[in-house]
Amino acid sequence: MDLSMRWLADYVDCDMPIKDFVSGITLSGSKVECYGVEGDYLENVVVGQVKEIVPHPNSDHMFICQLDVGEGALVQIVTGAQNVKKDDFVPVAKHKSTVLHEGKTVKITKGKLRGEASNGMLCSLGELGLSVHDFPYAIEDGIFILGDDCDKTIGKDIREAIGFNDTTVEFEITSNRPDCMSVIGLARETAATFGKELKVKKPEFKGIDGDINEMLKVKIHNTDLCKRYIGAIVKNVKIGPSPRWMRERLRASGVRPINNFVDITNYVMLEYGRPMHAFDLRYVEGAEINVRNAKQGEKITTLDGIERELSEEMLVIADAKKPVAVAGVMGGEYSGIMDDTTTVVFESACFDGASVATTAKKLRMRTDASSRYDKGLDPHECYEALMRACQLVEELGAGEVVKTVIDENYQNETPLNVEFSADWINKFLGTDIPEAEMISILEKLEFTVKDGRVYAPWFRVDIGCKADIAEEVARIYGYNSIPDTIIRGVANAQRTPKQNFERKVKAAMLSMGLNEIETFSFISPKYFDKIALPADSKLRNTVTIMNPLGEDTSVMRTTIIPSVLEVVARNNSYRNPECYVFEMGNEYIPVEGEVLPNEPVRLGFGFYDTTDSSADFYTIKGMADGLLNAVGVPEAEYERPDENCEFAEVSAFHPGRCAVIKIDGKQIGIIGELHPKVMENYGIEARTYIGKINIPELMELSCDTKTYKPLPKFPASTRDLSVVCDEEVPAAALEKAIKKAVSGILESVTLFDVYRGEQIEAGKKSVSYSISMRSLEGTLTDDQADKAMEKAIKELSAIGAELR
Amino acid sequence: MKEQLTSIEERAKSELSGISDIKLLEDFRVRFLGKKGELTAILKQMGKLSAEERPVIGQLANKVRSDIEEALNARKEELKSKAEELRLKAERLDVTLPGKKTKIGRAHPLQVTLEQVEEVFLGMGFDIVEGPEVETDHYCFEALNMPKHHPARDTQDTFYINENVLLRTQTSSVQIRTMENRKPPIRIISPGRVYRSDAVDATHSPLFHQIEGLVIDKGITMADLKGTLELLMKRLYGEETQVRFRPHHFPYTEPSAEVDLMCFNCHGKGCSMCKQEGWVELLGSGMVHPKVLEECGIDPEVYSGFAFGIGLERITMGRYSINDMRLLYENDMRFLEQF
Repeated sequence: MDLSMRWLADYVDCDMPIKDFVSGITLSGSKVECYGVEGDYLENVVVGQVKEIVPHPNSDHMFICQLDVGEGALVQIVTGAQNVKKDDFVPVAKHKSTVLHEGKTVKITKGKLRGEASNGMLCSLGELGLSVHDFPYAIEDGIFILGDDCDKTIGKDIREAIGFNDTTVEFEITSNRPDCMSVIGLARETAATFGKELKVKKPEFKGIDGDINEMLKVKIHNTDLCKRYIGAIVKNVKIGPSPRWMRERLRASGVRPINNFVDITNYVMLEYGRPMHAFDLRYVEGAEINVRNAKQGEKITTLDGIERELSEEMLVIADAKKPVAVAGVMGGEYSGIMDDTTTVVFESACFDGASVATTAKKLRMRTDASSRYDKGLDPHECYEALMRACQLVEELGAGEVVKTVIDENYQNETPLNVEFSADWINKFLGTDIPEAEMISILEKLEFTVKDGRVYAPWFRVDIGCKADIAEEVARIYGYNSIPDTIIRGVANAQRTPKQNFERKVKAAMLSMGLNEIETFSFISPKYFDKIALPADSKLRNTVTIMNPLGEDTSVMRTTIIPSVLEVVARNNSYRNPECYVFEMGNEYIPVEGEVLPNEPVRLGFGFYDTTDSSADFYTIKGMADGLLNAVGVPEAEYERPDENCEFAEVSAFHPGRCAVIKIDGKQIGIIGELHPKVMENYGIEARTYIGKINIPELMELSCDTKTYKPLPKFPASTRDLSVVCDEEVPAAALEKAIKKAVSGILESVTLFDVYRGEQIEAGKKSVSYSISMRSLEGTLTDDQADKAMEKAIKELSAIGAELR
Repeated sequence: MKEQLTSIEERAKSELSGISDIKLLEDFRVRFLGKKGELTAILKQMGKLSAEERPVIGQLANKVRSDIEEALNARKEELKSKAEELRLKAERLDVTLPGKKTKIGRAHPLQVTLEQVEEVFLGMGFDIVEGPEVETDHYCFEALNMPKHHPARDTQDTFYINENVLLRTQTSSVQIRTMENRKPPIRIISPGRVYRSDAVDATHSPLFHQIEGLVIDKGITMADLKGTLELLMKRLYGEETQVRFRPHHFPYTEPSAEVDLMCFNCHGKGCSMCKQEGWVELLGSGMVHPKVLEECGIDPEVYSGFAFGIGLERITMGRYSINDMRLLYENDMRFLEQF
């Protein structure tokens, strides 16, 4: 809503600095977005009179003018315009002035045009930032010759002379206050905020004799969607431009002036916040107006020249045969006001907000009218608005208004009212405002307090409970005058075990040098192809957005892996030498028969590192180990995935360099090197390692309780052992054999070398372990240690690993 | 004999000062003080002395011995420290060479800020509650006093899964679920991801984070709301922070307020950062609407409460002077490693 301060001044004295107005009105609830003064870019442009005009000696289309600009001596200016005559009053941009040229400000200085001095410029409307809509008697491509509606005082600043200096304030009006989308509504707020008097008079008109019912019939077929319809008729209409003051105010409000009747309806809409419509009676067939639902497939060409197909739930204004307007949204092209219109029907009606909203949305045409109706207007104010329109017709001498009006479906209801208790309000707000002050605030806002109840004015459709009244009091009293207190009582708050566990996971990942990332929860279904998921994978069954912004963000992810890969790929394409990342985020898994999907928390992580040639599969495995260790999972097994692998994302991994993490036989994660094909799909040029771990499942298996074990009192014995076995024997099997053999006194088994090469048979490898043994009872003897080693060698031999 | 002893001492001392290699000191010790050393040789002749002379010479010999020992030790210390000095000098490093790389992971700036907000509220006795992101229309809108066609729905362009299921546009849905499941007193914050159909640009994202708070108890006032939020702002932005409360409209609160923070850049004068307003809009809040309480089975005649919602992105961007929201979701290492 753009408010003209000049217009506001009709209804309330607002003689304070604009900054104070803006801040005060914002703090009482009508938020100012910005404000500005019209034409403030114009500098040093004044009214001048052409005293002499002669053709330019060196040009066949230019003229040399001598202008009186109120400086005593005449000023010579050369112009190329063809519409300037002697004695015309024109805007003169003097030497060192600023005007507009193609939307940008330009400086005008004196110079010479084909040898003749020119000390400035004569301006067109465009150079002032105006158009012929603002001054209909002017021409587009010529100098603006000031008409009789301008102040022709020579030397006067042009903005003052033509009324192009209003201050406009742009408001953000909340959806509960359609009444504030009007000059009078904001005047009321201004009066209440600053303690001023509101000067609104009931509009009246004289009218001519005549019975409107003989000229027009109105029938409301759907009284739910049209709560009131008032019509008036204006005869002997004289279509023409509206006066300057009206055009000026429309312009300041961001509405383009058209002609007196269209301008009147817009003027009333802006002033009273009530959309109106004007029909040419000639084109209302049968002189009857039917407010009814559209018929399926019915069409109308709206004022903007677009043909629109209507559907049954839409409300239309129809004549005997066809729709002439979409109710509350826009009128039809053929029944609108034209230059030869002689009889006008004014409509001021109350249409149902939700219905107008739905229609406007469906037709994709949000108009000034629909954006007021859709917030819900009350039926009572229709009348005032119509009266104002008729008054303006008489004031402008634009026609003769028939005295009687049609008023259909008017229900006189009790205004909205709720209990009034100053005590309750003070307790609710935490204030100590005297009752009298509350009543005074409410009355300024046109509420009435009577017998313990407060009655809302008609235009306040948003009042429904005591809290609403508390807000009215609070906002005028001033939110910032309410004290600041701390909630009484004590409360014990703590993070849940789940939250604590997730924090622990996060801390572990950070400590291992991975950076935390935040990715979108929605992905493209194409990402499933990118990670080479089989066509029938269950992960392709997604929660799908009906109205996505684009395919890229159209399905909720069922796996966190592509989100991590996107980040890895992006960093790789940015030529970042390394990228270590993790995210703890949700996956969204549809559940058969449930309304809402499951949203399990998953840890996705991965890296590439072009600065470290030693980074490999075992690096990411080390990270997984580190995490498990940090959250208290002592024993995990890593297995090459087989057909029982529960992670469908296994398709994204290098088949030979991928492991499923198993704890107590449960698969809780998968890690490995990215499949070269997937690398290619993402355009990643560095070997990449990724992993995913199921967090709630991990939490269940983790152990939070710890008991101290005494530190060893006796020394450990360490023995090294190298065995040769087939390539295919996994290290885990060797370790298992050693553990089995040395149980009881085994402290640790540490692999320190894997060798393949000349001294070993092809297809075999040599694996070396350092085995540390310790007894809690006493120092181990060599004999005890040797015996344990013999057992280990035996066990190893049983699985095909021989002492080297 | 006396002269002999004195001469040994003199010689020993002069020789000692000539020794500059610590290894030669042992040789010196043997020569003068060893079993076959000069001093012992002289002492062996003690027997020849008279009974009167013996103790005198003995005393002198002991003194000579201890003097030489002392001098030897002093020389040893001296040489040792000289040698050490030399070694330390030789081992000198260029301390300006780079340190060995240690990887430190960085928490995402959004999470850093979130954690700080959580700490403030935990301290005030607020539990942290989570809820589903894919939500029903009921919990996201209807129960929040926004029936179908409510004009306020327009301001929260929604992603729909089907007619009844959507991506939550606010974490207020979690508040409704909490009110249904817990009896007052309630003090919670519900942080999480929310979704609105806004195209990505410097200040918009279809996915962002909110932290919503809810307090329900007997006798909760708007003054409590103000005090709580003012405290939060001071904890987040420092004691000097100035905030103002401005009337606004939300369907689920009444009265409703937006909270503005005085612009850091211009201190309220108006500048390009605050669009000349002098204040930066930071969060929405209000007293829980009685209809919302009723909807959740809480009697508004007995209980009252307040609620608020903060955009995590907005406060994060403000704190770190991040001028483009896209950076938060791009996850460029060069960005993340700055926090």
